[in-house]
Amino acid sequence: MASSFFNNKARAAAAAASGSSKLKAGDNKEDSTRLQPWVEKYRPKTLDDVAAQDHTTKVLRRTLQASNLPHMLFYGPPGTGKTSTILALAKSLFGPALYRSRILELNASDERGIGIVRDKVKNFARAQLSQPTGLDAAYRAQYPCPPFKIIILDEADSMTQDAQSALRRTMETYSRITRFCLVCNYVTRIIEPLASRCSKFRFKMLDNSAAGERIASIAEQEGLQLEDGVVDTLIRCGEGDLRRAITYLQSAARLVGATKPPIAKDADDDAEMTDVGSNSSVITVSSIEEIAGVLPEDILDSLVEAMQPKSSGSVYEAVSGVITDLVADGWSATQLVGQLYRRVVFSEAIPDIQKNKIVMLFSEMDKRLVDGSDEHLSMLDLSLRIAGVLRGN
Amino acid sequence: MALLVDKLRPRTLDALSYHPELSDRLRSLAQSGDFPHLLVYGPSGAGKKTRVIATLKELYGPGVEKIKIDARVFQTTSNRKLEFNIVSSVYHLEITPADVGSYDRVVVQELLKEVAQTQQVDLGAKQRFKIVVINEADHLTRDAQAALRRTMEKYSPNLRLILLANSTSNIIAPIRSRTLLVRVAAPTESDICSALHMAGKKEGWAESEVLNKRIAKESGRNLRRALLMFESIYAQNEKVTDKTLIPPPDWEALVTLTADEILAERSPARLLHVRARLYDLLTHCIPPTTILKTLTFKLVARVDDALKPDVIKWSAFYEHRIKLGSKVIFHLEAFVAKFMRIYESYLMGMDF
Repeated sequence: MASSFFNNKARAAAAAASGSSKLKAGDNKEDSTRLQPWVEKYRPKTLDDVAAQDHTTKVLRRTLQASNLPHMLFYGPPGTGKTSTILALAKSLFGPALYRSRILELNASDERGIGIVRDKVKNFARAQLSQPTGLDAAYRAQYPCPPFKIIILDEADSMTQDAQSALRRTMETYSRITRFCLVCNYVTRIIEPLASRCSKFRFKMLDNSAAGERIASIAEQEGLQLEDGVVDTLIRCGEGDLRRAITYLQSAARLVGATKPPIAKDADDDAEMTDVGSNSSVITVSSIEEIAGVLPEDILDSLVEAMQPKSSGSVYEAVSGVITDLVADGWSATQLVGQLYRRVVFSEAIPDIQKNKIVMLFSEMDKRLVDGSDEHLSMLDLSLRIAGVLRGN
Repeated sequence: MALLVDKLRPRTLDALSYHPELSDRLRSLAQSGDFPHLLVYGPSGAGKKTRVIATLKELYGPGVEKIKIDARVFQTTSNRKLEFNIVSSVYHLEITPADVGSYDRVVVQELLKEVAQTQQVDLGAKQRFKIVVINEADHLTRDAQAALRRTMEKYSPNLRLILLANSTSNIIAPIRSRTLLVRVAAPTESDICSALHMAGKKEGWAESEVLNKRIAKESGRNLRRALLMFESIYAQNEKVTDKTLIPPPDWEALVTLTADEILAERSPARLLHVRARLYDLLTHCIPPTTILKTLTFKLVARVDDALKPDVIKWSAFYEHRIKLGSKVIFHLEAFVAKFMRIYESYLMGMDF
């Protein structure tokens, strides 16, 4: 009874699987590329495509020619191309045929802990190299196929200390056939014994021109119409994080409906669509700012204005009015803190000694917001205290 | 008999009375077939939920309105059983993971995985994916948010998330960058007035414009609150004129009373008295942050300008403490004591 039940289930599952795979092959084809996040779609395919990390890519390209690789540690702020670089390198080393068997990619944010390191990583690391069969000379000429495997540990800084120490010996023992690549944001969270076994590559913040070129080329390939200054806005909102900038761009494109495929439906629907297309398919600066949740400059201006010391009376009324509106409009406090900070720090009108005091306030407020304090009270407190400093007490 | 708030809730995107550009956007997203994960944020009473429900209807048609409530039991790793309520239709689920406190990660992981691994059953459905609406997403723990992050990428063919939050500050950056942020601002006072006007007309109540304006002002740009106030006024008074009193909620009246008492006398005996009041509020499940905030703004309105920044400073300080600490009453009381001290020393003109 039980076996037949299982059989049935297995058969049903098989049928469903085959059915769905057929279905997928049928109508998902153009869907899947369209629904793919652009971040994945436009990930650099080769080392040459990686934007603006000349130093690192130069070193890596040399290792590519020499077909030898040290253990590597990539670190740098998010969205600077760390993962993209190692993936591109791996692809150009092994090519599509060997990629599966030679690369182990572990995303530390889901599978971390000592158990995984002991089982999965160690097993992969000590497995002998499978000799590729059926690869012709052309393939070999195109891809060097060096005799080692690569284990990529993404987000390695979120691995526990124990898991990291468990890696130490593994890295050395199997170094003949396995190379490790650790990718992380904070190099200080990698334990010293691991860091000393790797050659370190620092990924610097993307400079604006390189990021701009990349964004512009994506926009061109997607056939988007951009208003003047959109690229600059994207870079500014992304704060050096190219991934964030590209995500914003895709969201904006979705919003204005530029990626909408031209489906011919019944007449009135069609008319509506073209109507939408004709007046809103251009991506504007304000739509990017709206997506990024950036506060418009004029609101910020009014807040700064309200904080200036008055000749008579207190600033309380003015400041609390602006803050109440801010809260009611749903602006996020972290965003306000960030933007206000930039305003204050780069302001010429505020003497350095006051800036010192103000920066301390920002630090405290950021901590409070992270702890989950009430936004209204925190913002009000921050602005009133800044106003107090500006007045000179 | 349903409350006005529920009865008159707009059901479709077309029926929404304010933020027309936002409605247009949501509509174009719903029609494009490429629906992203959404993070809808804004103050309470701004109409976030209403917009989400209307968007769901735009996506799936009237089927989403047939909802049922299930109670599910989840088991944690330490074998604790959790009861959890799920509101669902054929096309979507609605959950409030913050209900189960620090165990929200278990619920998020298990439930979402289960939903994501099953395909849409109804072949006639307009969309292939199911939608999970997560209420109070800003109260999710870090762990639960980190768990969401992977789920969002892995199961995106079958699953879309709509997160509802009051602010984006507590949402971790990886989630923010994976969702499309939709800000719902609170309605302006004139928006509220016109909503009240429509509600009055539908109910056939004689209304006064001046009163509507007062309600709008009193509500603090919170439409839900405005409608509730509107309804309670008409329930309590037979004849409504421009000057009809707007009765404040009980707890607010109590906070006002407490503020008066604090201002009238600053002494340990009064502090003891105030403590009883605070306990009273807390036992009636008024959130401590709300108590502190209301009390602060009542006090600030009545003290001298020079003292105001100080009061706010300490209020924010103790609010932070409430969030970090475990015993709420300590911090509320500490704020009252602190206020009494700075007020007294200001009046006496000296520090002590």
